[in-house]
Amino acid sequence: MNIGKRQVAVMGLAMSAVLGVAACGSDNNTASPSSTAGTATGAISCATGSIVASGSTAQKNAMDEWVKKYQTACSGSTINYQAVGSAAGKQAFVDGKIDFAGSDSAISGDQATSAAKRCTGGQLVNLPMVAGPVAVIYNLAGVKDLQLSAATLAKIYSGAITKWNDPVIAADNPGLTLPSTTIVSVHRSDGSGTTDNLTKYLAGAAASDWTFASGSDWKAPGGQGSKGSDGVTATVKATAGAIGYVELSFAENASLSTAKIKNGAGEYVAVSTEATSKGVSTAKVAPAPDLKLTFDYTATTPGAYPIYLVTYEITCTQGLAASQATLVKSFLTYTSSTNGQAAIADLGYAPLPTDLASKVSSVVATIS
Amino acid sequence: MSSESDGQGAGSPRGNGPPALKKPVSGSAHARVSPADLIFKNVTRAAGIGLLVLIAAIAAFLVIEATSALQANTGNFFTTTEWFPNASPPVFGIAALLFGTVLTAVIAMIIAVPVAVGIALFITVYAPRRLATPLAFIVDLLAAVPSVVFGLWGLIVLVPRMNGLQQWLTDYFGWIPLFSTDDGLVGRSIFVASIVLAIMILPIVAAISREIFLQVPNPHKEAALALGATRWEMIRTAVLPYGKPGVISASMLGLGRAMGETIAVALVLPASFNISWHILSPAGNTIAANVANGFSEANPIGRGALIASGLVLFIVTMLVNIMARAVIARRREFSGAT
Repeated sequence: MNIGKRQVAVMGLAMSAVLGVAACGSDNNTASPSSTAGTATGAISCATGSIVASGSTAQKNAMDEWVKKYQTACSGSTINYQAVGSAAGKQAFVDGKIDFAGSDSAISGDQATSAAKRCTGGQLVNLPMVAGPVAVIYNLAGVKDLQLSAATLAKIYSGAITKWNDPVIAADNPGLTLPSTTIVSVHRSDGSGTTDNLTKYLAGAAASDWTFASGSDWKAPGGQGSKGSDGVTATVKATAGAIGYVELSFAENASLSTAKIKNGAGEYVAVSTEATSKGVSTAKVAPAPDLKLTFDYTATTPGAYPIYLVTYEITCTQGLAASQATLVKSFLTYTSSTNGQAAIADLGYAPLPTDLASKVSSVVATIS
Repeated sequence: MSSESDGQGAGSPRGNGPPALKKPVSGSAHARVSPADLIFKNVTRAAGIGLLVLIAAIAAFLVIEATSALQANTGNFFTTTEWFPNASPPVFGIAALLFGTVLTAVIAMIIAVPVAVGIALFITVYAPRRLATPLAFIVDLLAAVPSVVFGLWGLIVLVPRMNGLQQWLTDYFGWIPLFSTDDGLVGRSIFVASIVLAIMILPIVAAISREIFLQVPNPHKEAALALGATRWEMIRTAVLPYGKPGVISASMLGLGRAMGETIAVALVLPASFNISWHILSPAGNTIAANVANGFSEANPIGRGALIASGLVLFIVTMLVNIMARAVIARRREFSGAT
């Protein structure tokens, strides 16, 4: 039933949704030749079949790149890496659902014991495979070349310092004019290997200022959480006075300023893949075949960037089904080779140091 | 008035069915019931029972998975505001999460329901047909936008643009505790998260309310107009009373969505575990968002703790729905009368 008699002017209605999605990780294929050399060089020695792996999201971009390159070179091979998170990946390996797990931390304790049951005749191994710096990003108009020591970073993230012009920050930055903006410290709200490695660094290099335990969950009070590295990047970008920590590729894609971090030698080092490789080279490597790393945050190697994360591939040297083992061996041989490591350098990952890469290659060679 | 026969429960004396079915359906009907009837009856019954079994199975799964984590918990699950289930010893509690879940959902409802009812009234009563149809279509379309899109939009677009309004609110209305801030900062607050949620539940509430308002019997409206009511008076006396139970039920569906919304909230809120009424401060977390944040890196205890929080959400949602049912049942008898 029509109630209205008056003519209603025709109204136009327009709805437009603008959505900006920050791309993360470049798709650049050209591998820049790197100075760090591994033992295994040259073409990929192909295997066929299909394997499933899952785990760390931090190495997802590296895995995607490797899988793409490997599958292009080797027809008849299928490698399915699912970035479900390190804990879920390790659990899936224990449950026998996958052929290798990617993880931000080495498998240990009870989980290692139950995972080792899969490795009949061989051993459970943690293979360092993907290294990358954790960049400290900040949003402070007019401030370039911010320098931070571990103690200052710990004080910022624990809430002991709340203004950017605090004398503690000024002491790290002689000659720099700092605004009185309130510091908004941004951390990951989801469990993350990036958080784990940052807090390990803070606990290792500034134990007196960082009294919270390290781990993949953020434990300090205060600050703002943000989901994922892209969330942290977006929040820092949108908030004046914010500081956050992300993998290098996110910092570069968002063109945010990164802080120089003081290393054990007393230098303030800008974040870069080369400086990170130097940093990783200071880590103590457990005796083969289980190449677990212990980071030394006070090492005095010049030019080393001190905040980095190394992700492992966790698998068995023996005990996998024969068809899978060949492909796992072939694939990991490629990823630990010079070519493999160089292929991911443009994605913000640091090539493994030469001697570490060759140790990994020699353990991979024993997989059967 | 027609009483749908739900199997044996038929036989309402006033149910005047078609002549062919004059004989009572119940009773000694075995010879009368065709196989198709029997099959259909059992299929519908199986669907009904299947749903109950499914709900029971979900509840049982949640309880079983949560038990070991709750036993390992060294905090009080109901009063602790921290959430460190992966630590040893694990300490976690639902208090802050439940508070955030209810607060964001309630604010979202306060914003969304009036707007949604307004949209529905405009479409059904005021808008000319050539505008009403596309408008209804667009509102429905809003429901199809994935929640991660709302989340990213909230984080990247809405949060920076809301800072001005939030700052203004706290500057001029900061004397109201709700609008004061902890340290002068505004940003990714409960308030902004609630606005995102409000936009997400808007299409659900608007679409159902619209359908309800369309069903208002024309004689009711005509009677109101004949008595000299203006259009607003007609809405007040005929449309709204008739539609009230439907609007409540639509709102409850929206509330369920708001409380269970995961990824959009996880992206917008800064995931802090505190109980604060300062809705403009960047703080807060909800149960569903916390599950999304914590699940991938959780150890077995952590997973159990997240499932326990899911159980709480399950129970709260159920209570809300039961309450809504009760309200609707109480209102129903008045619905046609006024």
